[in-house]
Amino acid sequence: MDIFGSFALILALLAAVYAFGAGIAGIVTRRPLVSRSARNSGLAVFALVTMAVASLEYFFFTDNFSMAYVAAHSNRALPGFYKFAALWAGQEGSLLWWSWLLSVYVFFALFLNRNKHPELMPYAGVVMAGVQIFFLTLNNFAANPFNVMAGADATGAMHMATLSDGHGLNPLLQYPEMVIHPPMLYLGYTGFTIPFAFALGALLGRYPGEKWIHITRRWTMVAWCFQGIGVLLGAHWAYAVLGWGGYWAWDPVENAALLPWITGTAFLHSVMMQEKRGMMKVWNVWLVFVTFMLCILGTLLTRSGIVSSVHAFAQSSIGNWFVGFLAITIIVCGAAYWKNRDYLRSDNQLDSLVSRESSFLFNNLVLLAACFAVLWGTLFPVLSEWVSGSKISVGPPFFNKVNVPISLFLLFLTGVGPLLAWRRTSFDALKRNFTWPLTGGIAVGIAAFIFGFRSVYSLMCLILAVFVTLTIASEFYRGARVIAARDNVNLLSAVGELTMRNTRRYGGYIVHLAMVLIFVGIAGSAFDRDVQQEMSVGDTLKIGEYSIQCQNFDMVANNNYRSERATLEVFKNGRSEMMLFPERRFFMASEVTETIVADQSTPLRDLYLVYAGRSPETNRPVIHAYLKPLVKWIWFGGIVLVLGTGLSMLPNRRTALVLRPVSEPSWGDSVSPEGSPARATIPRSGDD
Amino acid sequence: MKARSKFLVGSGIIVVTLVSLAYVGFTQSKTYYHTISELGTLQNSALHQRMRVSGNVRNGSIQHVSNRVNFVLTEQGKDLSVSYIGSDPLPDTFKDGAQALVEGRIMPDGNFVAEQVQAKCASKYEAAPSAAPGGVQPASAADASKS
Repeated sequence: MDIFGSFALILALLAAVYAFGAGIAGIVTRRPLVSRSARNSGLAVFALVTMAVASLEYFFFTDNFSMAYVAAHSNRALPGFYKFAALWAGQEGSLLWWSWLLSVYVFFALFLNRNKHPELMPYAGVVMAGVQIFFLTLNNFAANPFNVMAGADATGAMHMATLSDGHGLNPLLQYPEMVIHPPMLYLGYTGFTIPFAFALGALLGRYPGEKWIHITRRWTMVAWCFQGIGVLLGAHWAYAVLGWGGYWAWDPVENAALLPWITGTAFLHSVMMQEKRGMMKVWNVWLVFVTFMLCILGTLLTRSGIVSSVHAFAQSSIGNWFVGFLAITIIVCGAAYWKNRDYLRSDNQLDSLVSRESSFLFNNLVLLAACFAVLWGTLFPVLSEWVSGSKISVGPPFFNKVNVPISLFLLFLTGVGPLLAWRRTSFDALKRNFTWPLTGGIAVGIAAFIFGFRSVYSLMCLILAVFVTLTIASEFYRGARVIAARDNVNLLSAVGELTMRNTRRYGGYIVHLAMVLIFVGIAGSAFDRDVQQEMSVGDTLKIGEYSIQCQNFDMVANNNYRSERATLEVFKNGRSEMMLFPERRFFMASEVTETIVADQSTPLRDLYLVYAGRSPETNRPVIHAYLKPLVKWIWFGGIVLVLGTGLSMLPNRRTALVLRPVSEPSWGDSVSPEGSPARATIPRSGDD
Repeated sequence: MKARSKFLVGSGIIVVTLVSLAYVGFTQSKTYYHTISELGTLQNSALHQRMRVSGNVRNGSIQHVSNRVNFVLTEQGKDLSVSYIGSDPLPDTFKDGAQALVEGRIMPDGNFVAEQVQAKCASKYEAAPSAAPGGVQPASAADASKS
């Protein structure tokens, strides 16, 4: 059976090589048959990698411990749920999983466009095949998941070997999010390959018009959404499992996942400049290129051990492969750009500082600044070692100093940008659109100040969050009011109708709302409190308005782990509220200790209790209590983010509106302040 | 002023602000990595910087004394005695033979005072798959439950 998986992988590589070679031949000879053959080969890669993945899963489910990878990451007692997820628990398997997700994307990109864009698809197909060749080469030659166990006998001859049981899955990975977080993140990382392929393909083939940008935008949104969810799930996992009371530490691996998401965000905004105004063509192409490069760089950082990180991928020589691939990518992109740079001339210039254009420009500027700062901080140990010979690392203060103001400025733009008109906005329009939201924000800010808010950044975040929420609400309200009056429906169904008529615009607002929720949740961390105390039975710990009394300590043991557990009763204002049971488990098979956090979460605050171990001197248990306001908003924001992105990818509901003459005033005009540019906000038919 | 130059001025202000913030953050949090053998060769000023040192915890060297935990890090035959004075309990992975990363300052007597300790288990997840299960860290159970 191991032969089956290995063969499928080799054949997948050959199919990708064929798709690449025949794709180029098809472009050069201009024979559609050759191009079609290349495309079919690209489709076949998906089937072949699927077989390889199925084969490896089969080994996991049949407990075949003669396979080195299975033996290292599974054991008989592991629940089936985790046996499935163990596929991506280590280097080799996760790279195979990577290749598979990539092949899924490529399959859909090729299949959905099989009868479209005959000038563009061969080029895009070649780029996709090129990327697949790289990953399948890794799967076959650098990190093969189908290696078998071998041992030497007394005479030194090598034999196939097998273990009676595997080493098991790291207990830290035995958490439900293990099943969902890596696939989501990888769907993000791999997904950015498709926009990259279309952008590079369009540039290489000098594909006329802005069509590639319409195709690319959708795929970017898919990848962007998955990447964002992957990052949030990772943060949630760290928060729920690691027991350090935080969700983000600016660890290199976290940063690596954030970087392509930031440039992807920049692209999703600046793409509108090209669609509506024909500006920023060079910038957009390079944003897509850079996003893809950052995905590769992120993988390189995660897997090579170049920068030290708490994430446990072994140091390996695989980094060199990624360095090589990154270099090739940079050279190809640079050459393609240099050769075809005249194809990317801008149609328009910036007209006014107070305009939609400039808000997009500022948005891109600060997003790129954030990206650069995070990249710089992440790579600083490596860079400083090259330049000065001493390895210097920077910590969270560096990242926070730069990124907190950037985030607040972005939040400000989130409120302002969508309400500015294209080209230029009049003072009257500004006043009309922003008086109420701004008043509301400042009023809430003053109230908060009176109630004792003193953290400057949190106060600004609160004001801006209210401001943005009100601008979004007013956008929905004004559009819906017109529909409600005209179609004689109630306001709520008018909101639904409005959203479905321009999913891209209103879905985008919902994504903005999601970001507001996430920012509010993060801003809550300024009010975090924590207390750490040795406790015996009967002792009380005070945190905020809660007092926590220790009722009992006990030991639980089963075949899998020994556990020390505290029974804590939580009182609020003298009234007993609940019992919480933080635990500390020692897993016998893997000799790993795991903290089981007791987290009582409400929208207002998390009460997060950790059994931190026993004091070295007194041997008494130590309880670490955290009171963290608003954390739940972050996770809730993640859900809203998915809903908003999903909504904005739905096709617009076509209504009678489209059939009306353009000159007649429609609801769209009332949404945007100035008469003529407002029409630009009604999506054109080429939106997808 | 034309819109383009206004935009450039605005961008300039933003960039300068961010660079200065970055510089402040950088000076507050920069930490030097040194190997244990490098520590002996450091000159005066370099000795007072905040630094990170990594090495393996020498077997049997972990001692819990009042308010601190003393242990010895070794790397390529060189030793460094470390006192951990932080308030957080040590990580579970911190035990004999583990790879540890300590952050703090070096004292005039040559001892290292650590405010933070990170430890990476010499994990079997990274070890050769042929290693027998459970055979990697035999002495760990007692320490792990204590620490």
